[in-house]
Amino acid sequence: MLFKSLSDPTRRAIFERLCREGEQTVAALTAEAGISQPSVSKHLAVLKHAGLVLDRHQGRQTHYSAQLAALTPLIDWTKEMTGFWESRLDDLEDLLKRMDQ
Amino acid sequence: MTNPAGETRTVVVEREVAHPPEKLWRALTQPHLIEEWLMKNDFKPVTGHKFRLSREPKPDVKVAIDCEVLKVEPNRTLSYSWVAYGLDSVVTFTLTPTATGTHLRLEQSGFTADQKAAFKGAKASWPQFLAALERVLEQDDNEGDNA
Repeated sequence: MLFKSLSDPTRRAIFERLCREGEQTVAALTAEAGISQPSVSKHLAVLKHAGLVLDRHQGRQTHYSAQLAALTPLIDWTKEMTGFWESRLDDLEDLLKRMDQ
Repeated sequence: MTNPAGETRTVVVEREVAHPPEKLWRALTQPHLIEEWLMKNDFKPVTGHKFRLSREPKPDVKVAIDCEVLKVEPNRTLSYSWVAYGLDSVVTFTLTPTATGTHLRLEQSGFTADQKAAFKGAKASWPQFLAALERVLEQDDNEGDNA
């Protein structure tokens, strides 16, 4: 569901904007999205259903914020970091050889 | 919705190094040597010392890791916190002398996904986070038929 919810470019753009700029109202998001407010709301509902955004009601306004933690399980940090350290330790061993001289 | 809080993971990389622990220790603790194999830094082998690892893989991309020295046992153990991409983890180097040099064990553990930290960290290093996300999404595209 997470992948599907981010596969739509407009939805992805909305989500990325919430990530970059923090909490936004539907009105503010609509002003930049170039589509109607009901469409923006529909996209936000999909993102909310996927756990990617959280809504907060304040007066007549609804504020949305990105929930990046929802993405954390998707990224294989273990794999990313193992690859990172393997290559760093290769450089470390090269350095040790140079230190001999 | 899944709640990843409390779920921790560990990465372990081990190497047999053909050099004595004392020499390896210098490479792990002297800033100009650390820079040669890891990143630019203001490291000091003092418990409680806060330092930053940084590099610029591309002119417009900056990576910064916030660290704090947790444990210093010369020629044996070095441990520091490693906070980046919203991931709060601990890196520990363990050196054990062998007949031919040193057994080096690197462990990175933590990866707890505190929501607030994840948001803050990912915002600060957004290009990297996005690049990682991009890779994940690409993988999903390739494996989409099995989903």
